[in-house]
Amino acid sequence: MRTIRIGSGAGYSGDRIEPAVELAEKGNINYLVFECLAERTIAIAQNAKLNDPTKGYDPLLVERFEAVLPICKKNGIKIITNMGAANPQAGAAKVREIATRLGLGKLKIAAISGDDVVEALKVSDTKILETGAPASSMADVLVSANAYVGAAPMVEALANGADVIITGRVADPSMFLAPQIHEFGWSQDDWDKIGKGTAVGHLLECGGQVTGGYYAEPGKKDVADLARLGFPIAEVSEDGAIVITKVEGSGGKVTEHTCKEQILYEVHDPKTYLTPDVTADFSQITFTEIAPNRIKVGGVTGRARTDTFKVSVGYNDGYMGEGQISYAGPGALARAQLALDIVRERLKITGVKANELRFDLIGVNSIHADVLAPAPEPTEVRVRVTGRCDSMKEAVRIGNEVETLYTNGPASGGGATKSAKQVVAMLSALFPRDKVVPVIEYLEA
Amino acid sequence: MKLFDIAHSRTGDKGNISNISVIVYDQKDYERVREYVTPERVKAHFKGIVNGEVVRYEIPTLGALNFVMQDALGGGVTRSLALDAHGKCLASALLAMDIPAKN
Repeated sequence: MRTIRIGSGAGYSGDRIEPAVELAEKGNINYLVFECLAERTIAIAQNAKLNDPTKGYDPLLVERFEAVLPICKKNGIKIITNMGAANPQAGAAKVREIATRLGLGKLKIAAISGDDVVEALKVSDTKILETGAPASSMADVLVSANAYVGAAPMVEALANGADVIITGRVADPSMFLAPQIHEFGWSQDDWDKIGKGTAVGHLLECGGQVTGGYYAEPGKKDVADLARLGFPIAEVSEDGAIVITKVEGSGGKVTEHTCKEQILYEVHDPKTYLTPDVTADFSQITFTEIAPNRIKVGGVTGRARTDTFKVSVGYNDGYMGEGQISYAGPGALARAQLALDIVRERLKITGVKANELRFDLIGVNSIHADVLAPAPEPTEVRVRVTGRCDSMKEAVRIGNEVETLYTNGPASGGGATKSAKQVVAMLSALFPRDKVVPVIEYLEA
Repeated sequence: MKLFDIAHSRTGDKGNISNISVIVYDQKDYERVREYVTPERVKAHFKGIVNGEVVRYEIPTLGALNFVMQDALGGGVTRSLALDAHGKCLASALLAMDIPAKN
């Protein structure tokens, strides 16, 4: 039975770089996948591309490829990543430049685009899922619209001999599924296998979150060596058998419980996990430890995919202003509450136009509101005021009203900070599959 | 006792929807958690944070429940004014729920 090993080199765009180097050097892997595209990342990248047509790919693409490409080339490891973001062609050109500069010899790079449907959406009556409004009604604030494309174009690029695949928006698990389909010759409507291959992707797509990251609870769920957390590897066989593991000797751990937390991460109905490739069914999934840090996955299946692609839609949603200041020692809470009252009144007196305001006491109620029983008075409290405005000018005034507490507010306020930024927010829509045409371009070094 | 004593949890976000898994450490506690930690109790527990419907999925093979909470993230991760816009800390708040000790 043929088996391949797929490593996960990043769980988000800013993730640690050395664990991927460790995977490439010691992981005995065939494929290294980097998932670097959060919901909003592509909208921000779209803005970068508008300012400079050679930009719009992941800001860490160069650093990551410089670190792993020589080792991957030496060890025959193929790389798949969505670091192309809003500009896969420019990302691929950059990878070719790195390969040439480092003297790595022949390399075939595929750029996969076609996920960008913003122009089509601007004139479409497709409904925005969250609001029910037609997409065309948002035409003047739309920044980006990208369809979550599936594994198919990546499978084609692998069949055409690509060593590196740079994509824009694709579904995260599809990047892990593509090499399995390619290597094992699975039919893309073998729903059971495609479901299993998608589970592999879902378990690995967040990098260290399945190897003990985002898991530790000192005294109850201890995890050793998180500063050297090892990133995950999936061993997958032709028949769909799966083992999740990590590089031997690396930090962290892979257990039944780390896998249980990750398989449900960002999942709604576990029987119906929708991707562009399949409707995967995790409702009967099992995890069994067959050796330390080796977890066998069973019970996954799938059924036919839907006729639509999910599209994530980025739009300009005004400006957010924020200010913070700290109070400490006896009476800290009373002074912090007084500070909030003063800012609330100041925003009224000075006529700051905010569509939404929020007043928090960090250390008291900023995270859990009033869900938990009140704690004894904290020795430090941080005041935080945020608001959403239609203009940058208004947003800036929120932080200013917090900062002026220094000389106009309660005693002993310290460490004031303020910021204001443009907000690119995200919505979603479903777009007919046949209206999204993936495009594959090849570059050779 | 707290749910924290017998279960662990992880939060995920999609738009304005938060999902929280509750996974028992020991399978023998699953039935009791399943009986007590109902969608109604979770909705009441998150009063002031979760404004929409709470739906619960059961995954007995994992000893797990998955709560899907609508309108839970201040309009969604990308526009929320909250400090923890992803609602990543909500898992901890759920584990603070009191649960009757075993008879």
